[in-house]
Amino acid sequence: MDILSIQILLQATLRMATPLIYAGIGETFSEKAGIINIGLEGYMLIGAFTAYATVYYTNNLLLAVVYAILVTALFGVIFAYLTITIKANQVIIGTALNLVGVGISGYLFRILFAQTRKAQPVRTFQQLPIPALKDIPLLGPSLFDQNILVYGTYLLVPLAAIILYKTSLGLVLRGTGEHPHAVESLGIRVVHIRYGAVIFASILAGIGGAYLPIAHANQFVENMTAGRGFIALAMVAFGRWNPVYVWLAGLLFGSTFALQLRLQAAQTIIPYQFLQILPYVVTFIALIISHGRSLQPRALGIPFEKEGN
Amino acid sequence: MEASTRLQLIGISKTFPGGVQANKDISLTVKRGEIHCLLGENGAGKSTLMSILYGEYHADSGEIWLDGQKATINTPKGAISHGIGMVHQHFMLVPTLSVAENIIMGMRPLASFLWYMKDIEKDIAEFAAKRGMKINPSALVSTLSVGEQQRVEIIKALYRGVDLLILDEPTAVLTPQETRDLFETLRNLAKQGFSIILITHKMNEVMEVADRVSVLRDGRMIDTLPISEVTPSSLARMMVGREVSFNQEKNDTPCGEPILKVEDLTLIGEKGRPLLKNISLKVCSGEIVGVAGVDGNGQSQLAFCVTGLMKPTSGRIWIEKNDLTGKSPLEFLKAGVGHIPEDRHAMGLVLEDPVAYNFLLQRYRDNYFKWFGFLNIKTIFEHARRLVKVFDVRTSSVKTPAANLSGGNQQKIIVGREIDRNPRLLVAVQPTRGLDIGATEYIHKQLIQQRERGAAILLISTELEEIMALSDRILVMFEGRIIGETDSDRANIDKIGLWMAGMQPEEAKQT
Ligand SMILES: Nc1ncnc2c1ncn2[C@@H]1O[C@H](COP(=O)(O)OP(=O)(O)OP(=O)(O)O)[C@@H](O)[C@H]1O
Ligand SMILES: [Mg+2]
Repeated sequence: MDILSIQILLQATLRMATPLIYAGIGETFSEKAGIINIGLEGYMLIGAFTAYATVYYTNNLLLAVVYAILVTALFGVIFAYLTITIKANQVIIGTALNLVGVGISGYLFRILFAQTRKAQPVRTFQQLPIPALKDIPLLGPSLFDQNILVYGTYLLVPLAAIILYKTSLGLVLRGTGEHPHAVESLGIRVVHIRYGAVIFASILAGIGGAYLPIAHANQFVENMTAGRGFIALAMVAFGRWNPVYVWLAGLLFGSTFALQLRLQAAQTIIPYQFLQILPYVVTFIALIISHGRSLQPRALGIPFEKEGN
Repeated sequence: MEASTRLQLIGISKTFPGGVQANKDISLTVKRGEIHCLLGENGAGKSTLMSILYGEYHADSGEIWLDGQKATINTPKGAISHGIGMVHQHFMLVPTLSVAENIIMGMRPLASFLWYMKDIEKDIAEFAAKRGMKINPSALVSTLSVGEQQRVEIIKALYRGVDLLILDEPTAVLTPQETRDLFETLRNLAKQGFSIILITHKMNEVMEVADRVSVLRDGRMIDTLPISEVTPSSLARMMVGREVSFNQEKNDTPCGEPILKVEDLTLIGEKGRPLLKNISLKVCSGEIVGVAGVDGNGQSQLAFCVTGLMKPTSGRIWIEKNDLTGKSPLEFLKAGVGHIPEDRHAMGLVLEDPVAYNFLLQRYRDNYFKWFGFLNIKTIFEHARRLVKVFDVRTSSVKTPAANLSGGNQQKIIVGREIDRNPRLLVAVQPTRGLDIGATEYIHKQLIQQRERGAAILLISTELEEIMALSDRILVMFEGRIIGETDSDRANIDKIGLWMAGMQPEEAKQT
């Protein structure tokens, strides 16, 4: 491969990784606090549809992101209420949320936009090359000739790591997923921390979803997340609940999407359907590799029962 | 000058949702600068009362007065801000975090940065040293011994600037030396005007450290008395409502076949640190072999190795005629090994499961509990009801989650379950930790009965009195080795004490 195609591949990797990274980082926080949120796919679809519809009607990209955040946050609150306050089973509620996400976004999409199921293209976030930096050979164009949502991950990942490992909040979060009773005994409300983490995770998944129709493609397609929510879920385990590793896992999975597209474009003899499974196969392998490492927060998935009262 | 009243509880009552009335109209006064012991049988309501004071539970009725003012305490945060700190019976530490992280958790506003952990760690080490406690603030809690974790709990409370410290059975997990150190610390604190409420089941500790003592029975306050007006047996009578014997009668049983044989056992831990060095020992049928030693000298690892939970680096383990070296815990179980583990929460119980299921653990494969391959709920509950009765587990029903039982009653589940299996070899690690004197007496009787039945018992305890009272032979461990061995009749405490400190009696004579 020549240098140009490596550069293109890298650029595509970052682009494909971005929605995964948003969703994965959010999920890391939620799981650190002890709540497994397998409804990521649903949040992402809801975020994607909201963003698309907003741009379609207002032509305002920023507003689209804001609305995507607000709407997914609302679903986050519902999830939090059911799993934290009502103490319903997290996996079941998460699954329901995935179904709701597919259903609502598909339903609204059809009645509002397309009987033909093909949407009108909308405006998208444009590439925003950063002067000077973008001229660095090889990495420059890949890293610094991207849209603003991709740049967002450059801030998000270090910020997430700092919050988790260098702030009082992070310490409490890490404690909450391991031994919530210890945290509660120090006068911190476990329930509040968990609500916060779940809502944060849903917001980030919403942004990750919004990215797809208004930064990656320029239209909405039913079920357009295509399993990215589940891949993000796998990233968290593969990345050992550490934002930096989760980010690396996101890049890895992003690269399989990029590679798959690239191979398709190169018109190899392999049928494209086989290439399309590549990211999912890699996810599968990653999960097999990371299986059995007991690094998962000990109280993950277990509702917090305050004793007595 | 009469010391001022720091705390006054008036008429506290509490009934749990299940219907258990844990506290009935309890009143209690604690003075400034006193060490106040709270005594009572397992399930008497001590922990409940203290949890109410610490804002974790809410009393159904009653008042809390602090320094002469009525206070409302709804949360632990509220308690801490009123200067009340609590060291729980079960550790409230996050094992995956460091000591310092556990101590400062939640002390600063959530939005504050923790850039300089090193400085925080230094401050904590100094703070602890000033109060006569040594800890390594950067160590992960999961790597600490039980005794060290206890120390972290105490420092965690003190570091928050409290002046009324509640300790719920702090000494249950401490070695005699650590207990002495703790009492020294507590006395110092009391002298400086701290008030201390101490829950314990050990009479000698009460006599040694308390200024006043209060006794609870069945959720009621029986009496509060200055220490000068009580004796161990009068306290025992107040607690149990009958006479309790402190000594166990033991028949001479002939030693039979060797059941457990360990040869040259060596275990190398992480970073190449040897945890067990060339351990050889034998426990015969009808024999209780006591392993004494200061906590953290390899006893836990020895127990793990002979129950299959850890694989030794080298050496062999036989149970009767079978070489079980390197075999799975299940094989050990099948060979008739019973295990009363040291940490009941981490290993012995599934806390969220009902009492009945906890009695079933490890036996769910038995056909007795099966019905066409499914678990037979009816037999399981009957089995549990029988054991609850036999071992006097105080629980409202066998369907209650184990977590809702008092600490001592949780311990009784494990002991009952293991003894009921009639094991060939019983590995009992701290079997009476957290048990009241009545229950301790009972468990000791059970162990002796097992011995008379012909079981081999490896009793690992840091409680020297327990070892002396029960063992036929005593081994002392120090830094992963067996440093001394003696028959129980010739045993003398001084010799064992020297061994526990790593010295040979002869050396000691010369110096
Ligand atoms: N969360 C709970 N739900 C229901 N019942 C409970 C709960 N906690 C404790 N109990 C019951 O209340 C009673 C008092 O328990 P408590 O833990 O206060 O006893 P304790 O005096 O501390 O005993 P121990 O010496 O064994 O620790 C027991 O009968 C116990 O089963
Ligand atoms: Mg208790």
